[in-house]
Amino acid sequence: MSTLFRIILQRLLLGLLTLLIVSIVIFAAVNMLPGDFAEAVLGQGATEEAVTAIRRDLGLDQPPVTRYLEWLGGALQGDLGTSFAKANFASFVGADAGSGLDTVAAQIAPRFANTLFLAGVSAAIAVPVSLILGVLAALYRNTLFDKATNIFTLSAISSPEFFLAYILILFLAVLNPVLPSLSNIYQGMSFAERLDRTLLPALTLTLVVTAHMMRMTRAAIINLLASPYIEMARLKGLSPLRVIVVHALPNALAPIITVIALNLAYLITGVVVVEVVFVYPGIGQLFVDSVKIRDIPVVQASCLIFAGAYILLNLVADIMSILSNPRLRHPK
Amino acid sequence: MTRFSRRGLLRTGVAASLLAATGMPLRAAPQKGGRLRVGMNGANSSDSWDARTHSDVFMNSCGQGAVFDNLTEVAPDGTLRGELAESWEASADAKVWTFNLRKGVTFHNGKAFGADDVIESLALHTAEGAKSAAKPIISAITEMKKLGEHQVQMTLESGNADFPFLMADYHLLIYPAGQIEEAIAKGIGTGLYSVVSFEPGVRFVGKRVDSHYKDGKAGFFDELEYIAINDSTARMNALMTGQVDAINRIDFKTEALLRANPNVTIQEVTGNQHYTFPMLTDVAPFDNLHVRKALKYGINRQEMVDKILLGHGQVGNDSPIGPANQYFNTEMEQLAYDPDKAKFHLKEAGLDNLKVDLSASNAAFEGAVDAVQLYQASAGAAGIEINVVQEPADGYWSNVWLKKPWGAAYWSGRATEDWMFSSAYEKGVPWNDTHWDHPRFQELLLSARAELDSDKRRAQYFEMQEILRDEGGAIIPMFANYVQALSNKVGTDETIGNMFQMDNCRMGERWWMKA
Repeated sequence: MSTLFRIILQRLLLGLLTLLIVSIVIFAAVNMLPGDFAEAVLGQGATEEAVTAIRRDLGLDQPPVTRYLEWLGGALQGDLGTSFAKANFASFVGADAGSGLDTVAAQIAPRFANTLFLAGVSAAIAVPVSLILGVLAALYRNTLFDKATNIFTLSAISSPEFFLAYILILFLAVLNPVLPSLSNIYQGMSFAERLDRTLLPALTLTLVVTAHMMRMTRAAIINLLASPYIEMARLKGLSPLRVIVVHALPNALAPIITVIALNLAYLITGVVVVEVVFVYPGIGQLFVDSVKIRDIPVVQASCLIFAGAYILLNLVADIMSILSNPRLRHPK
Repeated sequence: MTRFSRRGLLRTGVAASLLAATGMPLRAAPQKGGRLRVGMNGANSSDSWDARTHSDVFMNSCGQGAVFDNLTEVAPDGTLRGELAESWEASADAKVWTFNLRKGVTFHNGKAFGADDVIESLALHTAEGAKSAAKPIISAITEMKKLGEHQVQMTLESGNADFPFLMADYHLLIYPAGQIEEAIAKGIGTGLYSVVSFEPGVRFVGKRVDSHYKDGKAGFFDELEYIAINDSTARMNALMTGQVDAINRIDFKTEALLRANPNVTIQEVTGNQHYTFPMLTDVAPFDNLHVRKALKYGINRQEMVDKILLGHGQVGNDSPIGPANQYFNTEMEQLAYDPDKAKFHLKEAGLDNLKVDLSASNAAFEGAVDAVQLYQASAGAAGIEINVVQEPADGYWSNVWLKKPWGAAYWSGRATEDWMFSSAYEKGVPWNDTHWDHPRFQELLLSARAELDSDKRRAQYFEMQEILRDEGGAIIPMFANYVQALSNKVGTDETIGNMFQMDNCRMGERWWMKA
């Protein structure tokens, strides 16, 4: 077991390094975009005077390296800074601003919670569905069922997300009004209401991620079906279902887990389009808006969350694979 | 989707003819009660109850349109009426204005409204370091004096006949004096609706106050729910599936689909927002009046309205004053596309042909790039070669507008003629995007500003609009409509405000739920 902990520790440290690199890349990329926060936010009102005033207030007149190091210094102490939009509004307000400024963390937290909720609901539907479909497809491979499942999931993943979203809205909200097309969840909503509103975006995301997981399950299982021990199991006279679920599946888990982890990460980081279509107040919309106005603190914090989600989920996937495979648990 | 059935159609037809026969008015009186749910764009996660930061339809509707009041209010027909001020009078030179405030008004927290609230709220805009868009209005006040608990006197730097009109600006909301910080944090005003919940960039819920000075005239809903829906397709879906009762900003391309839905009414008004092609009149060749004239005759305005706005607008006459202004000159002759006249003016300018660059990006206005291409084609017939320079949308306003000699731009328009002219056509102001400097125009601008006689003012403003049409540096081909949609369950007055979207953002006050 001690090897496992060593691996986890190693990976976490590498993860931190990755986050550092991500933050540098994102900072550089946002700075390379034309225009900055002052110009973006002022729009038509961008007179020289107003632009310099905002730049001065926000410290945007400092060289990029200085600004990055300042941000990094804060981030290392757990302070991700204040969003430019909020800070700028505060300076609008002048002397009697009063109310303390929210930090980026406070601004992102409720949005991120919403995103996690949506990802959770989607995963709760998508993971079991794709596992079951994958097992069934392997069991009845090359039958009509297998082909139909493949065609359906592959066409779902090949269609743009907004298209799937509109198809679902058409069938489930407009023609048969069973679900609301508007997913504007807010604080103080009951869980059932929240679930009801989240269902359509969750179904859309399910359609998007199912194919990948289902195909991997099917392929991993079929791969094993030619192995001698499966043949042995069959010769013992076990039912095909039992052969697959009890004998093949445990050995196919490692690749399946990796794919599931990748898709879960996608559910957190890749949902912008779905959020916009359903007006879901998640982190994706906030992120896109912030990139648009070059609000670097928010962009940085969101990217760190996205990168962190990938790193952690991949780590979990690796650990699970190791646990599921005794050979990996005892490396020579 | 609801479809017409033969029987249903008959039923409604019968009902309508019955009503007509009994002589009952088809337009019922406003009903009290119900909850108005509106989907709107223009919401941000950094929104707050600080009116100095308000700039878009969402917060305007929540602030001025529901929770707060101003001193004055622009009625749907464009006239001015009192809100927290009952009446006002000016000195002969329009320099000293006295406002008589309404008595017996209380804020949502129970504090009584009086002169101190007005003085302190207006002073917010000139506070140290404050960057309010209404700062120019307030900094023109040299003194605010409390004459009594319900009377305030304001002295201006120089006469301004529009001053009470400016007090209706959506930035100039009245907060309770001494509690402004708290009022901004929680949203405490004197409006018809008090705040139940407010999540910036997501949702606002308001509840009708028990008694209000507008009782019987406005504020018919029990509750308001304003939902931030920035995506236009999502807004349409929400209205079609009945999750909201009204939406703003209809996408012109899909408007026909919405119109086909029998449960939805489309509301359309032409306001002051206009699209322009400003040229710097002190840079060659635009410093030549004949060149400007040739360009004015080389644009097909009607085609622009038909193809860029898909008919949802009016042709412009190179004057920024629109139908929502008091002194909109409807009598002056409309400029029309005339390649021959354009050629004539080119010749007068001593040119056989003209080659000019025109910068555009869709950041200037939706469809700007298409619009300049139409312009290129129509001007080509007059021997004017327009070279379209497509600029990046990012940084357009900083790097292109006011810098390149000729480009595309838009103006949302202003409530008063003076405000519009002094924002963009007064000599030397920062947003003068045509570098306009015309002695007669400038003289008229200053004299009309302090003119209290409405007929004389009209004559002066009419002349200024004519000067701009004939000589001005901005080609203003079109005024874009405000287009919004509402469910048939919602009742509205015949006249809809055209200063801003959604009945001047006051749908929560003015509309009602049909029984």
